[in-house]
Amino acid sequence: MIKRVHFNVSALPYILVAPQVAITIIFFIWPATQALYQSFLVEDAFGLSTEFVWFDNYKELMNDPYYLGAFKTTVIFSILVAGLSMGVSLILAAMADRVIKGATTYRTLLIWPYAVAPAIAGALWVFIFDPTLGIITYIFNFLGYSWNHKLNGDQAMLLVVIAAAWKQISYNFLFFLAGMQAIPKSLIEAAAIDGAGPTKRFWTIIFPLISPTTFFLLVINIVYAFFETFGIIHAVTQGGPANSTQILVYKVFNDGFVGLDLGGSAAQSVILMVIVIILTAVQFRYVEKKVAY
Amino acid sequence: MFKSTFMAISAFSCLATINVANAATEVQWWHAMGGANGDRVNKIAEDFNATQSDYKVVPVYKGNYTETMTAAVAAFRAKKQPHIVQVFEVGTATMMAAKGAVYPIEQLMKDVGEEFDSSDYLPAVVSYYTSPNGKLLSMPFNSSTPVLWYNKDAFKKAGVEAVPTTWKEMEEASRKLVANGSKCGFSFGWQSWVQIENFSAWHNMPTGSKDNGFSGLDTELTFNNKTVKRHIKNLGQWQKDGLFDYGGRRGDSLPKFTNGECAMWMNSSAYYGSIKEQAKFDFGQAMLPFYSDVVSKPQNSIIGGATLWTLKGHDQDDYKGVAKFMTYLSSPEVQAWWHQETGYVPITKAAYSLSQEQGFYESNPGTDTAIKQLSLNEPTLNSSGLRYGNFVQIRDIINEELEAVWNDSKSADDAMDTAVERGNKLLRKFEKANK
Repeated sequence: MIKRVHFNVSALPYILVAPQVAITIIFFIWPATQALYQSFLVEDAFGLSTEFVWFDNYKELMNDPYYLGAFKTTVIFSILVAGLSMGVSLILAAMADRVIKGATTYRTLLIWPYAVAPAIAGALWVFIFDPTLGIITYIFNFLGYSWNHKLNGDQAMLLVVIAAAWKQISYNFLFFLAGMQAIPKSLIEAAAIDGAGPTKRFWTIIFPLISPTTFFLLVINIVYAFFETFGIIHAVTQGGPANSTQILVYKVFNDGFVGLDLGGSAAQSVILMVIVIILTAVQFRYVEKKVAY
Repeated sequence: MFKSTFMAISAFSCLATINVANAATEVQWWHAMGGANGDRVNKIAEDFNATQSDYKVVPVYKGNYTETMTAAVAAFRAKKQPHIVQVFEVGTATMMAAKGAVYPIEQLMKDVGEEFDSSDYLPAVVSYYTSPNGKLLSMPFNSSTPVLWYNKDAFKKAGVEAVPTTWKEMEEASRKLVANGSKCGFSFGWQSWVQIENFSAWHNMPTGSKDNGFSGLDTELTFNNKTVKRHIKNLGQWQKDGLFDYGGRRGDSLPKFTNGECAMWMNSSAYYGSIKEQAKFDFGQAMLPFYSDVVSKPQNSIIGGATLWTLKGHDQDDYKGVAKFMTYLSSPEVQAWWHQETGYVPITKAAYSLSQEQGFYESNPGTDTAIKQLSLNEPTLNSSGLRYGNFVQIRDIINEELEAVWNDSKSADDAMDTAVERGNKLLRKFEKANK
């Protein structure tokens, strides 16, 4: 028999949870519902005439090659950002894992960029790469390579990818390092005794053992590239030139806040909401299974 | 995703805290003038407040033009709108269509009994902001027009003797400059405004049907004509040849001119203040070039810049203060000072003649280029301005398509046809939303 424990009904737990619930409702549920409602409307900017149009805004998006283009741009951008930032931070973590002297200093320095706000990070890179004033541009010119990310879409994409990845390296680095340090030293020592060099040890022991961390970071980085890079895009390229860096989040802003097309913009944000729900669900399923190794 | 909604909420809550009790009636003035011009705006408000004690004008900087307009729209939806908001010329159609939100200035002046005569203002300026029944809708404040800025020192060095007046001469001068070691011949900013809207007015061609949108929401864009296509194609070729070098949207390419990289730059006359401050060479301004085989002489250019719109929903008494401030703002002294400091055109005839009397144009040659260019000929239906809904977005489309030409990923013909097609879709959307 299971012995049931009975607690007196108390208001305390509800009171303690109330602020969090209130914040969730006011800042997440309510605006999300508003966005959903707005996405069914065609409205003028001032909200003086409103027409309920059901799924017209969505239909229009699905037939808009520029929206589908933004989808493609977002996918390319996310893969590049996730790949670059994870790759670099994996190398840095593997190095830092083996450092014995001054490890804390290295770690602190590597964590710094995470404290920089996206817009500031964007502004820094804009200065460095400015087609007229930038120091890197100057060096490129000296080497005979012309850099103008205001004109060349590929260069613009490269620049926002570098800026976005740079900011995320610290976060990835922390998780990779923690993952590596959780690996029992005995495994690595055993491999070393068997004659495996550092590279071999990394690929056959460390890398497979940190796969749950890698998977977790992959999801986090894709979500980051999808949603949190707005500040960087806004500061560096504003979606240009010729839409080459227009990612979905930026298009929501551009259509809604610059173009004042609230219905279309709301429909886009609802689609984004669905994407983030799917990504989160996928992540939870896999994290629960802990990734087989 | 939630960010946009979140931003709107936080914007509203900030506004709620602004209304502080004060003896004088406060008049909120939201504007988009940053930097030195922002200081000048503050000075105008302070000077006005010093002249009387019943009203206090509070200028609030709200970011660039787009951000300011969006802030005002969001505030209106939350019923926290300012009395006066500065809106750029491309937002005109959107503001006009918002009949329940806008308090037309001529009506406002009449309602509170303030003296007002729209014929005091320059025709090229007021025509842009007048309703079909001839009533002025918003108060002209800062108007400018694109001019050709040139580097006199670089011209001398490269042996360019005369300032180009036609596009053929532009090309020749640019070739000379590049041959003499310049990085490029010319560049420009606000490309849709300069190379399509003003280019068309300058050659007396429409950019759209229905008198450039003045006489109906069912207007369609028509700037994908032979002349514009040819011009864009030339510019694309010159970008490849290195005669023209694209430097970004809006005024982003200004450093190319002030650094001495490009000896010529086409953009608003209102860059006078910035160029004077930054350029370490002798510079001048001249009228825009034209194609002499298209027209024998140019028509007139159109304005850009912004006007002050008044919004409904405040006490009638507040509007007395608004009216008094508008009268102060357009007084010849204030306008002449603003014009001479910034390079915006004087919006009243009185301010223009005051500047002449003060000898400003003699001591600063070229500073009257903008006003001369605007009033070169009696404006035709093609050169009175334009009034398209969703034009902020349409300009972005034009930017995108032009950038595709500059980086050689699209032909000029294709880009202009696509721009018109995409723009027309937005015009239909606007028509639908504002029935």
